[in-house]
Amino acid sequence: MAAAALREQLNALLSSMFSQGLVDEQFQQLQMLQDEGGTPGFVAEVVTLFSDDAERIIAEIATLLEQPIVNFDKVDAFVHQLKGSSASVGAQKVKFTCMQFRQFCQEKSRDGCLMALAVVRNDFYDLRNKFQTMLQLEQQIQAYDPKQQ
Amino acid sequence: MGKQAAGRGWRSAAAAAWVVVAVACSATVHWHLRRETMDRAEERLVSMCEERARMLQEQFGVTVNHVHALAILISTFHFEKRPSAIDQDTFAKYTARTSFERPLLNGVAYAQRIFHHEREMFERQQGWIMNTMKREAAPPQDEYAPVIFSQDTVSYLARIDMMSGEEDRENILRARATGKAVLTNPFRLLGSNHLGVVLTFAVYRPGLAVDASVEQHVEATAGYLGGAFDVESLVENLLSKLAGNQDIVVNVYDVTNASEPMVMYGPQSPDGKIPLLHVSTLDFGDPFRRHEMRCRYRQKPPLPWSAITNPLGAFVIWMLVGYIICAAWSRYDKVSEDCRKMEELKTQAEAADVAKSQFLATVSHEIRTPMNGVLGMLDMLLGTDLTMTQKDFAQTAQMCGRALITLINDVLDRAKIEAGKLELEAVPFDLRSLMDDVISLFSSKSREKCIELAVFVCDHVPKVVIGDPWRYRQILTNLVGNAVKFTERGHVFVRVCLSDNSKLEANKVLNGTMNGKDGKVDTVANGAFNTLSGFQAADERNSWEYFKLLLSDKDPLDDLECENFNQNDSDCMTLMISIEDTGVGIPLHAQDRVFTPFMQADSSTSRNYGGTGIGLSISKCLAELMGGQISFTSRPFVGSTFTFSAVVKCACKDTSSDPKRSLSEALPTVFKGMKAILVDGRPVRGAVTRYHLNRLGIIVQVVNNLSMGFQTFSGQKGATGSREKLSMIFIESDIWRPETDIQLLNLLHELKNNGQVHELPKLVLLVTSEADKDRYGSTFDIVMCKPIRASTIASCLQQLLKVEMPERKENQNKLSFLRSLLIGKNILIVDDNKVNLRVAAAALKKYGAKVHCVESGKDAISLLQQPHCFDACFMDVQMPEMDGFEATRQIRQMEMKANEERMNMLTSAERSTFVEFHLPVLAMTADVIQATYEECIKSGMDGYVSKPFDEEQLYQAVSRLVVGTTESAV
Repeated sequence: MAAAALREQLNALLSSMFSQGLVDEQFQQLQMLQDEGGTPGFVAEVVTLFSDDAERIIAEIATLLEQPIVNFDKVDAFVHQLKGSSASVGAQKVKFTCMQFRQFCQEKSRDGCLMALAVVRNDFYDLRNKFQTMLQLEQQIQAYDPKQQ
Repeated sequence: MGKQAAGRGWRSAAAAAWVVVAVACSATVHWHLRRETMDRAEERLVSMCEERARMLQEQFGVTVNHVHALAILISTFHFEKRPSAIDQDTFAKYTARTSFERPLLNGVAYAQRIFHHEREMFERQQGWIMNTMKREAAPPQDEYAPVIFSQDTVSYLARIDMMSGEEDRENILRARATGKAVLTNPFRLLGSNHLGVVLTFAVYRPGLAVDASVEQHVEATAGYLGGAFDVESLVENLLSKLAGNQDIVVNVYDVTNASEPMVMYGPQSPDGKIPLLHVSTLDFGDPFRRHEMRCRYRQKPPLPWSAITNPLGAFVIWMLVGYIICAAWSRYDKVSEDCRKMEELKTQAEAADVAKSQFLATVSHEIRTPMNGVLGMLDMLLGTDLTMTQKDFAQTAQMCGRALITLINDVLDRAKIEAGKLELEAVPFDLRSLMDDVISLFSSKSREKCIELAVFVCDHVPKVVIGDPWRYRQILTNLVGNAVKFTERGHVFVRVCLSDNSKLEANKVLNGTMNGKDGKVDTVANGAFNTLSGFQAADERNSWEYFKLLLSDKDPLDDLECENFNQNDSDCMTLMISIEDTGVGIPLHAQDRVFTPFMQADSSTSRNYGGTGIGLSISKCLAELMGGQISFTSRPFVGSTFTFSAVVKCACKDTSSDPKRSLSEALPTVFKGMKAILVDGRPVRGAVTRYHLNRLGIIVQVVNNLSMGFQTFSGQKGATGSREKLSMIFIESDIWRPETDIQLLNLLHELKNNGQVHELPKLVLLVTSEADKDRYGSTFDIVMCKPIRASTIASCLQQLLKVEMPERKENQNKLSFLRSLLIGKNILIVDDNKVNLRVAAAALKKYGAKVHCVESGKDAISLLQQPHCFDACFMDVQMPEMDGFEATRQIRQMEMKANEERMNMLTSAERSTFVEFHLPVLAMTADVIQATYEECIKSGMDGYVSKPFDEEQLYQAVSRLVVGTTESAV
C-alpha cells in the first residue's frame, strides 16, 4: 500500500510539473522511452546529466557576466547549449527562459542578461528540486517493489 | 502650423496695407479734385472780379470824361460869352438830357469861385445869399464856391457854398491844383443818404497853358464842377447787369489810407473767413486816391459731387478687388488644405488597408500556431486507448479543427495575396498525378452523391511541368470542391488542355454554330446529352462533338512520353483547366459577384451548402498570380463550367529526372502492352477511362455495347502470347443490362469451358457509388468505384491479375516502417551536449538502431575513416571547435577520396555495379529555417531533423533518404 501511496505522490508531482509548465511532452517522451525501451534509470540518468550540465553552464555564465568586458558571444553559446539540453529533457520553462536570455545576449544588454540569469537559475533550481524529489520517490517505489524493473 | 499662422499674419498685414493704400488713393483723388475745383472757382472769381472792376473803371472813366467835357462846356459858354450863354435852366435841361452819358453820377452841379470881396456883388447879382451845407448863411471866408447851376436831381445843392463842407473844400482845392478830376472820401450823400463820393472838376478860365504850374492853375480857376457818385446804387446797378451776380460779393474800398480802408460799397465786414478773395485795383483817374475792388464768393464754392463720388467709387472698387483677391486666396488655401487633408486621409486609409491585411495575416498565423497544437494533441489523443464514444468525439474535434485550419489558411492566403507577400514556387511536378490526387480527395463525396467525377488531361500537356503545385492544388480543390458541393446529379468533369487546343476548339464551336447547329448540344437517341454523364452542361465544349477534337489520332502510347513533345516557340505555355458540373448553377443576378470575397451566390447558399465564399476569390487571385485568369459559364439549374488558365513552364529533362524533387508517384509499368476492351456508351466518359488506362500502358479499344465487345473479343481468339491477348473487359455500370448481358457472360464462360480460350479476360465493372459495388460483386471479377484514376486501377488490377508489384511501403504504419528501416543499423550521433546525445540515442534505440555516440566533430571524423560500418550519421549543427557543416564537408571529402581509390582499383566490368560510398548525414538543429536547410544541403548533408526528435519529421527525413538510396540503386 505504501508503494501505491508513493506512486500516487509521484503522479501528483509529475502532473503538477506538467500543469506548471515546468516540463513538456518531451519529458513524457523520455518516460515513454524508458518504459518501452526497457532501459531502467534512463530518465534518472538523463535528468542527472542535465542537472550537472546545467549547473556547470550557469556557473560559467555567471563568471562570464562578472567580467568587466562581457563576451556576449560566449554567453550566447552557453545559453544555446543550455537551451539544447533543456529542450532534450523537456524542461520547458528553462527552455523558454533561455530563449529570452538569448535575446538579451543578442541585444548585448548586461542588465538584461543578469536578470535573465537570475530567472534561469531560479527556474533551474526549482526544477532540479522537483527532479530530485521525483527521483527519490522513484527509488523508494523501486525499493518497495523490487519486481518493478 | 507656425507657417500657417505666419501666413495669416502676413495676409492680414497685406489686407491692412491694401486698405491704407485704398484710403490714401481715394484721399489723393478727392484732394486733387477739390483742388481743381478751387482753382477753377478762383479763376472764375478772378475773371469775374476783373470784369467788374474794368467795367466800373470804364464807366467811371466815361463819366469823368463827360464831366470834363461839361467843365469845358461851362468854361466855353459861361465865361467866354458875355453875357453868359448858360443859365440855370439851360444847365439843368442840358445836364438832364445828357445824364445817360453819366450813368454813375446822380447829378452834377457847378459852383463858381467867389472871393470874399466879390461876395456882396455876387449875392446881389444873383439875388440870394450863399448858404453853408447846414443851410445857414455862409460865414465870411476868403473864398466861396456857391453852386449856381445844378441838375434837377441835385437841386438841393443850389446856393450852397461848397467850400463850407470839409470834404468838398478839400476836394476843390485839390481839383484846382491838379486840374484833374478828384474824388472825396466816401461819405453819406446828402440826398439819398447812400454812400458816395463826390467828383470835383476845376473849371479854368480859357487860355490856361498846358504846362501851367500849380499856382497858375489855382489862379486860372473860375469854378468847380462837381457830381456825386452814388457808388452804392451805381455799383449795384452795374453789377446787376452782369452774370454771376448772385454768387459773388463785391466790395469796393477806398484804400488811400492803406491801414484803414474805407468801404465804398458792399457789406462792411465779411462774415466768417472766406478763403477765396480777389482784389482788383480800380483807377478812377484820381492820382491821389486809390481804390480797389474786393470780390469773394457769397458762399463757399460747393464741392462737386464727383470729388466725393469718384474717390468713393474707386475706393469701393479697390476694396472689392481686394476682397476678391482675398477670397480667391482663402479659397485656394482652403482647397489646398483640403487636398492635403485628403492626401493624409488617403495615406491613412492605405495604411489601414495594409494594416488590415497584416493584421489578418498575423492573427491568422497566431491562431494557426495554437490550432496546430490542438490538432497535434488530438492526434496524440486518438493514438491512445479510447472508447468508441471518446474516439468519435475526438475525431469530430479533429475534423472541426482541420476545417478551421483550412479556413484560416484561406484567410491567410487571401491576406498574403493582398499584401503582395505570396510568392509562387517554381518546381517541376506531374500535373496528371496532381489531378488524380485532387480528384481522389473528393471521391468519397462523389460516391455518396452518386455523381460521376472524372479528370482528363490532354495528351499535348507535358508530363512534367514547372509551376507551383500547391497553388494548383489549392485552386483545383476549391473549384472541384465547389462543383461537387453544388452538384446533386450528373457529373463533375475536370479537363486540362493547352490553350492553343482550346482556341482551336473554340473556333470549331463557332463554326459549328454558324453551320446551323444552333450551338446546341447534339442529343443522342435516348434523349440524353452527349456529355460525361448524359446530363446537360452549361458549356457545350465538353460534349463529345468538340471533345473528340482534343483527342489526337496518334497512338496514345507514344504520346505518353510527353517529354519529347516539342513546344515550338518557348518554354512557357498556357494551360486551360475547366471544371464542368451539372449542379444548381449560379443565379444570374449573383454571377457578377462570384469572385468577391465572402460573397456567396445568395445568403441561402451558406445555409444549404456551408462554406465562407472566400475560396473563389483566392482562386482568382492565384490564377492571376500565375499569369492566367478565371472565368465561368453558368446556367441556372443546368450547371456551371469554371475555366481557369495558368502559365506553366515546360520542364526540361534534367530537372524532371531529379528524383528527390519529383512529386510524381511512379505508376507501375507492369501493365504495359496489355489489351483491354472498354464497353461504354458515352464517348466522353470512354475517352476519360481510356486516358487513365493508357497511362498504365494498357491498350484500350472502346466499344459501344457489350455484344460488340464480345465480338471484338472473339476476333482476338487466335492471338497468342499473354501480352497480345485481351486480358480485361471494362464495363460501365449503366451499359450493363443484367437481363440480356448476363447471357453474353455465360457465353463467355462456355467458351472457356470448351477450351477455346485458355483464359478468360477479367471483367471489371465501373460504378459510381459504393452501393453498386456490393450489388454486382458476384458477377464481376472486380467492381471499381469511380472516380477512377491510374493508381487505383493499377492497385485493383494488381490484385486481380496477381501481378508482382514493387513493394510499397507507404501503406505500412510509419512507426513500424521506421523500425524496419532502422533496425540493426549502425548509427552515429554527434552532439557536444551530453543530454541531447543521450536523449537522441534513446529515441533512435527505440526503433531498434544500434547507436554510437561521440561528442565532437573530430571524434566523428576519426570514427568515420574508411572503411567504417555506419549506416547513417546524425550530426548536431552547432558544436564547438568543429561544427556540423565543417565535419560533414570533411566526411564528404574523405568519401570522395576513398571512392576514387576504389574506382581505380576496380576493373571496368565491376565499375558498372560500383556503388559509391555515401553516408547519409542528417543535421540536427533546433531552428529549422530555410537558410539553415540550404546551408545543410550546401555542405553535403542529406536532410535535417529538429531537436528533440519528432516522430513525423524523423520519418519524413529517413524515408526521403531511403527513397533516394533505393532510386539511386535502381
